[in-house]
Amino acid sequence: MPRTLSFQQAINEALDQEMARDESVIVIGEDVAGGQGAEGETDAWGGVLGVTKGLYAKYDDRVMDTPISESAFIGAAIGAATSGLRPVVELMFNDFMGVCFDQIFNQAAKFRYMFGGKAETPVVIRTMIGSGFRAAAQHSQSLYSIFTHIPGLKCVVPSTPYDAKGLLIEAIRDNDPVIFFEHKKLYPLEGEVPQELYTIPFGEAEVVREGQDVTIITLAEMVHESLKAVEALAQEGVECEVIDLRTTSPLDEETLLDSVASTGRVVVVDEANPRCSIATDISALLAQNAFGALKAPIKMVTAPHTPVPFADNLEDLYKPNAEKIASAVREVSEYQAWKATASTS
Amino acid sequence: MESDSIHKLTMPKWGLSMTHGKVVEWLVPERAEVSAGTEVVEVETEKITGCVESSKCGILRRQVAKSGQDVPIGGLLAVVADLSVSDDEVNRFVEGFVLEEACDESASDDIAPEFVEVGGRRLRYLKQGEGGQPVVLIHGFTGNLDNWLFNHAALAQQRAVYALDLPGHGQSSKDVGDGSLDMLIGTLQDWLDALSLSRVHLVGHSLGGAVALGVALRSPDRVRSCTLIATAALGPEIDADYVEGVVEASRRKQLKPYLERLFADPSRVTRQLVHDLLKFKRVDGVPHALSKLSKNFVANGKQVAVFRSELEQVQSPTQVIWGEADQIIPSSHASDLPDPISVELLANCGHMVQMEAAREVNQLVLSFLEKTD
Repeated sequence: MPRTLSFQQAINEALDQEMARDESVIVIGEDVAGGQGAEGETDAWGGVLGVTKGLYAKYDDRVMDTPISESAFIGAAIGAATSGLRPVVELMFNDFMGVCFDQIFNQAAKFRYMFGGKAETPVVIRTMIGSGFRAAAQHSQSLYSIFTHIPGLKCVVPSTPYDAKGLLIEAIRDNDPVIFFEHKKLYPLEGEVPQELYTIPFGEAEVVREGQDVTIITLAEMVHESLKAVEALAQEGVECEVIDLRTTSPLDEETLLDSVASTGRVVVVDEANPRCSIATDISALLAQNAFGALKAPIKMVTAPHTPVPFADNLEDLYKPNAEKIASAVREVSEYQAWKATASTS
Repeated sequence: MESDSIHKLTMPKWGLSMTHGKVVEWLVPERAEVSAGTEVVEVETEKITGCVESSKCGILRRQVAKSGQDVPIGGLLAVVADLSVSDDEVNRFVEGFVLEEACDESASDDIAPEFVEVGGRRLRYLKQGEGGQPVVLIHGFTGNLDNWLFNHAALAQQRAVYALDLPGHGQSSKDVGDGSLDMLIGTLQDWLDALSLSRVHLVGHSLGGAVALGVALRSPDRVRSCTLIATAALGPEIDADYVEGVVEASRRKQLKPYLERLFADPSRVTRQLVHDLLKFKRVDGVPHALSKLSKNFVANGKQVAVFRSELEQVQSPTQVIWGEADQIIPSSHASDLPDPISVELLANCGHMVQMEAAREVNQLVLSFLEKTD
């Protein structure tokens, strides 16, 4: 009976409702409006996977198609944001961000800081992440850790339709640049979404499941793989707490530390490559601030340090999944410090 | 399928979003005697834990669902029958039920909330039952029509029972105007007009009790009876820290301790209960609405509106129900009320007494309704 939408529809609804509420919200990107000369909605692409479908018909010139020139239109959106608009700019795949890094991390991220707090840049950059789509190495990465590294950017990585809508509305109303990462495998995921407008504050992780034995810290599609894994683990008597970060910048350190203080055992699950990643960042945070609580080494489940393979079987092997997560959880839950000590003496 | 001699206990539907429940614990062993109203099995939903009662006297012949098992709404939990019914008959009933009825999900799914526009505000309400003298259930501050999830269906067996979301609450419009109690009372009167309900029984909880009382004072001819549960407006004392806390708290960890004050048994506060309130508070307009209402409701640590001196003027028969362990509004407000008002205090219950002692409250309300119809 509750109203459900897909992840994709939830994003569309957030854009639609915010555009209706606030005239300064505009949408910019490749194919976001529709094919050239499109009549209304019929011929409209509405984004490469159809997320912005229907907006052009409703908001006309507030939905702007751009040429394939990321550095130009990302720069234009950032400029528009500094002069009073609230652009939501779509950069198809986060893999293409490289060509407009200067605009993002040297300009947008620095304006507030370098202009003495007087400049605001309320821009949202929506972009797709994620492997498992048979889209090969240049369309499948999860690069949120690169943006999390830059002070001045906020990074949002939702995992459910409810969160996607609330976090996107929050992102649009936020006065700082926000990078909004959408896992393309999640687009068809259905979930409860209220019709009303609502916001979810940044920096609040969601405890998706409570458990006292092992804490699983994760984000995006891996939240769902983790939830699959914990069902099997519960049958074995291991109760996991699953925490969905929701935003990597700001990061909700308190929720992570509280959970680890009670479980003492941690698995960090991140689909991205393992070096200088969210997984290593969180591992370092916990090692420094929860050392006394830890009963086992922190375990990371990530992709290997390779590009995303194109071959189906290799891509499947590349990606963390419920099975790998379950075996990592078993390892940390069975770990006993005295045995490790005994074997080294 | 249910015969005169075999009674079934099925998974109830508590609240709009419930689709299944989990059997936590059997409170009565097989072969034990039960009477109408005996709590037989504890059931947990995402939102809340409650007890399923037997509706008939007899022997608990079969615990069909096991502890830990998930059962869909309407699914068979237990069989109650006299010893004159043979084990074979019970077996056949259980097997027959699984085959014929358990798959029928639509039966319990036919109630849906409706909306009506009243004074420029869209108000949500849920109607259960038909006919009789209608009843209106009015929730309290930060509540919604789901606060009656253990009561609504039970009260609606013989009559139409409406539960609504007050302005600023649930899925009703978040516009609360000046945020005054007068606005809430006026809105309820307009809502009664909109639904052409000329004369009703009012059942109000907490702030909703103050609204009910306000309507009874203003339009005595429209109010057949008034049941005030842990009601506001009978005295100045209130846990003002709670009111401020639920308005201000934005995180689970901050909110939970406040919600625990609502119950005598704080373990009633499930993750989902906290989650649902947080979700509600994130909706556009809600923080503003709650803050506005709370300032009109409580000032300087005291309730602003107190109708105690006007109680003599209330013409509708009135009963007051209170949990003795109420930490939000003290049950002492039920003392020294004018004579015709009947007072029922329930031991070991907190502010949400209609949830904590649903069976007792339902019985009290039903018998009062019968008396005052």
